Amino acid sequence: MTRRTLAVVSAGLGQPSSTRLLADQLAAAARDELVRRGAEVEIHTVELREHAHDVVNHLLTGFPPAALRAALDTVAGADGLIAVTPIFNASYSGLFKSFFDVVEKEALADRPVLIGATGGTARHSLALEHAVRPMFAYLRAVVVPTAVFAAPEDWAGDGDDSALRARIRRAGTELAEQVDRRPAATGPADPFALTTSFENLLAGRDPA
Amino acid sequence: MQFGVFTVGDVTVDPTNGRLPSEHERIKAMVAIALKAEEVGLDVFATGEHHNPPFVPSSPTTLLGHIAARTERLLLSTATTLITTNDPVKIAEDYAMLQHLADGRVDLMMGRGNTGPVYPWFGQDIRNGIPLAIENYDLLHRLWREDVVDWKGRFRTPLQSFTSTPRPLDGVPPFVWHGSIRSPEIAEQAAYYGDGFFANHIFWPKEHTQRMVGLYRERFAHYGHGSADQAIVGLGGQVFMRRNSQDAVREFRPYFDNAPVYGHGPSLEEFTRETPLTVGSPQQVIDRTLGFREYVGDYQRQLFLMDHAGLPLKTVLEQLDILGEEVVPVLRKEFDSLRPAHVPEAPTHASMLAAAGGAKDSTVHAVDDVTGKAPEESR
Repeated sequence: MTRRTLAVVSAGLGQPSSTRLLADQLAAAARDELVRRGAEVEIHTVELREHAHDVVNHLLTGFPPAALRAALDTVAGADGLIAVTPIFNASYSGLFKSFFDVVEKEALADRPVLIGATGGTARHSLALEHAVRPMFAYLRAVVVPTAVFAAPEDWAGDGDDSALRARIRRAGTELAEQVDRRPAATGPADPFALTTSFENLLAGRDPA
Repeated sequence: MQFGVFTVGDVTVDPTNGRLPSEHERIKAMVAIALKAEEVGLDVFATGEHHNPPFVPSSPTTLLGHIAARTERLLLSTATTLITTNDPVKIAEDYAMLQHLADGRVDLMMGRGNTGPVYPWFGQDIRNGIPLAIENYDLLHRLWREDVVDWKGRFRTPLQSFTSTPRPLDGVPPFVWHGSIRSPEIAEQAAYYGDGFFANHIFWPKEHTQRMVGLYRERFAHYGHGSADQAIVGLGGQVFMRRNSQDAVREFRPYFDNAPVYGHGPSLEEFTRETPLTVGSPQQVIDRTLGFREYVGDYQRQLFLMDHAGLPLKTVLEQLDILGEEVVPVLRKEFDSLRPAHVPEAPTHASMLAAAGGAKDSTVHAVDDVTGKAPEESR
């Protein structure tokens, strides 16, 4: 049985938060589909609120404190990522952006990502398409076609039959498909590994 | 084991009273710090090199030449010499000149510099940082070892029949360290030449130092310069001390909180935990510093950053008194007793001279007085 890990990043600020609730439901949907396909799934959740000071410290000092280091390793080492943010001022929250600003270069390349967002009104829903999706495209992640936005009225829907539920299931299935067609993640590249020879360096050649 | 101080040479406002020193004051303070370092029994004074405000040391050999004339024993070094934006020919000339004036009390540390805009001021591009460091140092290495150099590279004009003068003192080039925080290529470079490797070891977690020194040691052995534990390692460190550790924390906190590099970020307590910074009693500094060898092995040089972030000269000189009287004598004794006999000291002019079998006059005369030929003809 293949082991798969899903990293869940939630930038919700309230406790409990609707952002975290959406993140958990997306993770459960992806997990169910991966299990159906015969995988064994581990879910690791990163609540950005707990790392807020460390994220700023990392921006200022250039290195992550130990707890944030662990969170970054979780994200970089997962087979799939579920990233959910509240929408502020028609975009992702500053904390969400700052966290992904300190994720190592290349760490999300070719990584299946499912994006979600919450907001006070459905009028914010396209922020997922004009702000969140381009950011992950820049990071060369593979963002699944279905992005999930939850407005207050969505939570009032009719249980399993609600439109939100259907959308969550579809998005989770899309993420599982992308994870399933890739080999297991090997984690981020070691930044201290020597990737060239001194002969190449002296000759001014790029790493072989 | 060698102990000393390294200075960035920043002109920074004292956050406790708003006082901003002039460049002149700061330059004179750097000299006073160097003289004090010798007075209290430290071995090394190293200056940074910068070409932008708020830093003053743009001309390290001028500063070090002046200090050389006013000291007897102190080893003069750099932290770091910009091997990327300086012409390696000028480095070869300047530091050979300094070596003669200081009677061999000179070594230097190569570094790249991390300020993008500085590179184009000197005709370079920060994106070529590593290739510049590799090519320029390879040329510098030859200029000190070959009397006549023909050379062609990517980054400077070719050299034909070039002799860098003065030749190194007694035919022995200054020892070179290579400093880097997290570029494995530089650890590899230091290992390739059998030079020293210096880990910044301030402002960064110890894991950076551990990985870089580990790589350097492994590659030093690979290139046949000795066993991994015989590689020549230097570390930085940052301390602030008072007899009573609470007093040290109280006095240093405003400087920490407003420091140019890490200020307004993590708390003093967080930064002390995450990096080698130690603020406390002399005994705490001794204990922490002795702990460094547990993750880098036995090493040869320990430099402390004592004078940044706007600390007034008077305070820095008090710190040097504590360092010289209470801390370094204990560290010297403890490190020496822990170090196995086969692990060497850092090379000095005297030790390299002995290894070379004694001094030789390396002067290159315009015309060889035996053959009557110019140097390029007698090759």
